[in-house]
Amino acid sequence: MKKRSRNNSVRKLVTQLMTSNCGAGAVTRAESSMAACSVEDVLAKAERDEAERLKSISVVKELELEFDVGNLLALDKNPVELRGRSQDREELLRALARDNVQLLVNEIWKLPAERTDDVLVVKLPEASTKLPREKPLPKVRPPTKWEQFAKLKGIQKKKKTNLVWDEVHKEWRRRWGYKRAKDDTKEWLIEVPETADPSEDQFAKRNKAKKERVAKNEFNRLRNIARASKTPVAGLGLAPRAQQSKSELAQAVSVARTSTASVGKFQDRLPKEKAPRNTGKKRKFQPLLGDFGNEKQKQLEMLKVMETKKPRLDVTKAVNKQLREDEEEEGRTRRKKGSGKKGDRGKRGAAGGKGKGAKGSKGGKGARSTKGKGRGPHMKQGKR
Amino acid sequence: MAHLDGVVKPKTKRSKRFLDHRAPKLLENSKNAMIMKGGNTSETVTQALKDIYSLKKPNVVLYKKKNIMRPFEDSTSLEFFSKKTDCSLFLFGSHNKKRPNNLVFGRMFDFHVLDMFEMGIEKFTALKNIKNEKCAEGTKPMLIFAGELFDVDNEYSRLRNVLTDFFRGPVVPAVRLAGLEHILHFTAADGKIFMRSYRVLLKKSGCRTPRIELEEIGPSFDFVLRRTHLASDDLYKTAHKQPKGLKPKKKKNISHDTFGTKFGRLHMQKQNLDKLQTRKMKGLRKRRGAVVVENGETTSPKKIKTQE
Repeated sequence: MKKRSRNNSVRKLVTQLMTSNCGAGAVTRAESSMAACSVEDVLAKAERDEAERLKSISVVKELELEFDVGNLLALDKNPVELRGRSQDREELLRALARDNVQLLVNEIWKLPAERTDDVLVVKLPEASTKLPREKPLPKVRPPTKWEQFAKLKGIQKKKKTNLVWDEVHKEWRRRWGYKRAKDDTKEWLIEVPETADPSEDQFAKRNKAKKERVAKNEFNRLRNIARASKTPVAGLGLAPRAQQSKSELAQAVSVARTSTASVGKFQDRLPKEKAPRNTGKKRKFQPLLGDFGNEKQKQLEMLKVMETKKPRLDVTKAVNKQLREDEEEEGRTRRKKGSGKKGDRGKRGAAGGKGKGAKGSKGGKGARSTKGKGRGPHMKQGKR
Repeated sequence: MAHLDGVVKPKTKRSKRFLDHRAPKLLENSKNAMIMKGGNTSETVTQALKDIYSLKKPNVVLYKKKNIMRPFEDSTSLEFFSKKTDCSLFLFGSHNKKRPNNLVFGRMFDFHVLDMFEMGIEKFTALKNIKNEKCAEGTKPMLIFAGELFDVDNEYSRLRNVLTDFFRGPVVPAVRLAGLEHILHFTAADGKIFMRSYRVLLKKSGCRTPRIELEEIGPSFDFVLRRTHLASDDLYKTAHKQPKGLKPKKKKNISHDTFGTKFGRLHMQKQNLDKLQTRKMKGLRKRRGAVVVENGETTSPKKIKTQE
């Protein structure tokens, strides 16, 4: 808009000059020479006009100010000299402030403005002054047991609808919570299964099962929190509670007794404390003089083991490790594929993923059934 | 609130929201300030504290009672208060013979003192002494620091940082051009720091950018820097650690047109159109036994009208 106005003013001035300077005879050469010098004059005049207009908002400073428009901040590094009486000082300060504010406002007005609801609004850039935070960064909590497993297998969260159609009540009800769709506990009729005891209270049985599930969930949740907080949590009975059973107290006493440097060996017993039985590991040693043949065989075997350059490989352990790595890799690729496919073909991809997952897990389980589930006895054999 | 290993478990949704508001977050809330008085305060100091309180409204808490404490010796009391009210900026005013008209500006990180600057008030003009129209409370002020000391000297540059933090107001993405009214001007000269507060008048100039005229509203301070307590370098660095990826939270059900119109999406339950509540027209109400079967033709158009 400035350029157009300048052009307009230039044109106006040119016409003015032409009309004013065309007093003498209209010879072409004279005209052209007059036109040449008039253009220069015109441009100079335009510049002077522009400067006139900007004079009201321009400020001259030795050093440029540093602006942080995001914070509406400006820093003036020019040295300030204040002398004289307090009145003069106030005036000086005010003049300085006015100049600085003018420069800051010029900067702000340079930003692109939008009009929203009859109001001119300017979008501010990001603040450049680095200010410290108020609180430290939030700690990333470690994944829970389920999250770890899901990551390993490549299981992704399925978005579920909020409401489910309830056939019984013929309306849409929420999936869980108050007045949910399939509420087990609100049934008025439960069929007694053939294998169950006829005198058993099926309703009570259901309620008890639900209470157990709730308690288990709560326990797992607290365990996840404890694992996340990384504080060593005391075992059962050791953290003091209101009511503790006799066995728990006895366990606490024994643990306290053995938590000394010499593992409770030289600890005096309390007046009414009973002697501990079947505690401590019993080390059995071979007799000093005995079976020479057995001793010779044992020593030779040990030498043989020390001689071999090959490391003793525990086959089962190695195979399990390899299987777990393979599963992790599969889980990762499945996750990537699942996230890619979901955009295009949601259901097909999910079904494919499910099929693959089933196959993969079955395959994994099959391979592991011989070695994985039978891990215990095999490993013991391996550590010969 | 029962404390279990220092962890408070919320029992209601409201308390959970309250605790989440105060918990450490990626994008933080705007900092609150607390203003408190020491064992002995003079008229100037109380008036100064009240004026700064009105400047910083509404993100500020003003303690009316006196708290006997010394910030530079023992900061546990300050930390306790900041934890209680979730304030990370503080201003402590006191007066004694050795340090008359004392103000301590400070800020906290993780409820521990980060920086503290003690300034003495040499000359002070209150808000009520300058009689003219003031800015509305809550306007975001423009800040200007003048003087080479604010750039060159280490303590002064830290002081500039603290004053920016204190006075800048909430961080906003956009600003209304007509609403740029308030300006706080700090000048470092002659060993003093002059703080002046002006109201901005935008006058017409030849071009788009307006010409500025200032009108002093106050308060105005002449500070002298006394003691300082700067944070150690590593603590300062930890305080500046920024999170890596800040994703702006996408608001659901809101979309924008190519023309810039904002569309929102409302989800309604299925309405029973038979039982729709429309405007009641007395003449069209069904009368008991008034209309007989003979006038079968006349009844039906009435029914159509009500169902429209």
